[in-house]
Amino acid sequence: MNRFTPFELIAALRFMREGAMQTLLIVFGVGLGGGVIIFMSAALAGLQANIVRRTLNFQAPIVVSAPDRVARPLRGDGAAEAALVQPRSQQLRSIDQWQKVLAAIGRLPEVTAATPVVSGPGFALRGDANRAVSITGIEPETYFAVVALADKVVAGRVELGTTGILIGTELAKDLGAAIGDKLRLTTATGAALTLDVTGIFDFGNKSVNERSVFVSLRTAQNLLNLIGGVSSIEVRVRDPFGAEDVAQAIHGATGQQADSWIRTNAQFFTAMSAQIVTNTLIRVFVGLTVALGIASVLIVSVVQKGAEIGILRAMGTTRGQVLRLFLIQGGFMGLAGSLLGSVLAYGFLLVFRAVAQNPDGTPIFILEMEPPLFAVAAVGATVVGLVAAVVPALRAARLDPVVAIRG
Amino acid sequence: MADAATPVTLRLEGVRKSYGIGTPVATEVLHGIDLVLRQGEFAALIGPSGSGKSTLLNVIGLLDHPDTGRILIEEQATQGLEDDVRTRLRGRAIGFVFQHHHLLPEFTALENVMMPLLAARGRPDDEMRARAAGLLDRVGLTPWRDHMANDISGGQQQRVAIARALATHPPLVLADEPTGNLDTRSADGVFDLMREINVANRTTFLIVTHDPRLAQRCDRIVELVDGRIVADAANANVVRRG
Repeated sequence: MNRFTPFELIAALRFMREGAMQTLLIVFGVGLGGGVIIFMSAALAGLQANIVRRTLNFQAPIVVSAPDRVARPLRGDGAAEAALVQPRSQQLRSIDQWQKVLAAIGRLPEVTAATPVVSGPGFALRGDANRAVSITGIEPETYFAVVALADKVVAGRVELGTTGILIGTELAKDLGAAIGDKLRLTTATGAALTLDVTGIFDFGNKSVNERSVFVSLRTAQNLLNLIGGVSSIEVRVRDPFGAEDVAQAIHGATGQQADSWIRTNAQFFTAMSAQIVTNTLIRVFVGLTVALGIASVLIVSVVQKGAEIGILRAMGTTRGQVLRLFLIQGGFMGLAGSLLGSVLAYGFLLVFRAVAQNPDGTPIFILEMEPPLFAVAAVGATVVGLVAAVVPALRAARLDPVVAIRG
Repeated sequence: MADAATPVTLRLEGVRKSYGIGTPVATEVLHGIDLVLRQGEFAALIGPSGSGKSTLLNVIGLLDHPDTGRILIEEQATQGLEDDVRTRLRGRAIGFVFQHHHLLPEFTALENVMMPLLAARGRPDDEMRARAAGLLDRVGLTPWRDHMANDISGGQQQRVAIARALATHPPLVLADEPTGNLDTRSADGVFDLMREINVANRTTFLIVTHDPRLAQRCDRIVELVDGRIVADAANANVVRRG
């Protein structure tokens, strides 16, 4: 008995030591449950991080473009509304007064970067080989703040100049092109330019590596006959999962069409929402089971220790002290369980890493156990333990000492 | 019986207690008990089973509330006190010795004796440890002070319980069949110990017993039958010591 330890804590620890088997079993049970919860949380966070990594790797969270053109039937006096309206073809158009739009987007608080882009279809030719490509004209200084293209360059430099072009690893293979080689870009407008391959990138996605080429903004404007204009503005936001709200704010502020990656990857997000719901349900139910386990162990303990509680009350222990004595036990079981659970979750993680691998030994998806997750788990489990102990503790505190002592 | 000048430790005035109030089988167990115990008295409470002895002891010990009537501990009224205040008063002023020793098995003999002080003060300190050690020495259990409560004999456990009852230096000790579970030799030892403490500290004792032999060794015998005190007299057979 340490002189700094309060009476309630001393008694709680002794009670738990006396029922060591009971305490160990419940701590182990809480640990298993806690381990599952921690692991599931890490899995969910990992899933989200992976989706973000895979998608936002080569895609801006929000792409702003000129609104679609719509056909408006003329309506004269007494004329009936046309029953059939043929939709208009959507030619490549610039965003009207794009500098103003860009500035307006840049002022939104959630936006961290925005960059003008000209993109359209074309062909890359080298010798006998020719491939359909998607041409993206960029302003490197601002574009790299939105899409981490610079980090993906595996050969050469990221400089574009007026005649430089960045191509993907797959396209380089298809065309047999290497750094310093020339290739020709043509477009449907008839424009054609010969460009120097200055860099080769790898986004880790085959179709992107095969189809995308990056040139300077001005080069793309020439190729796509969009002099002085930009076809879209790509925007990066603070929270990728809040992109849809920001997209709507942009639409509201500028009148331009703004598509978030959440909308363009709708099926991804449907799958992920389902994941989140099932994952959360499982965690909630495991947490509930843990709480019920602690509560039932403590209820049994209150019954077992009834006479002792009565004696403590007879010796001058207040109801509040008895209440705290049992709350501490619940909190301790939660805390000890969560510590064990952290160890177990770490074990699950190692197993997962060993099992979930691609044939080449790289992980299917990267799962990290962040220290804050363990801290949250420890605090959360302690709170769950305390809450679970409320009913048993109240029961203990309300025991009539006369009845309790008589047994 | 002590003389009228001696301070009153316990005063009961018209204490009534019923069980099952509000049900068709409500029964009154105590029918208006008046009782005065003065400092240093060593009284036996006797009576047949079901006469209300335990109920009376619980009411006196502030473990149970009387329906009507007043209980005064050292002339301080106890009715209408908040539960925490009653509990603290009970811890300070009343020591309990039960038939079944009721030590806490999670603690050593010494820690059990410290327990009432620990509950009152919140944290252990050297003074309470020394006081508990002194009390254990007094009951002759110094060699067993660090044994767990369940690792000592029944007679020793009851001695620890007596030491515990004295931890807060209470003016009044209530003992419910303190020797009921012990063999004759241990019973005599425990009884003699209570007597010694009574004489040395002027602690007032009220001892519920079924054992006429023990009752005969008390200064005063209060007899309860059907919830009424039918006899209350100084015990002529006792030769007072000390």
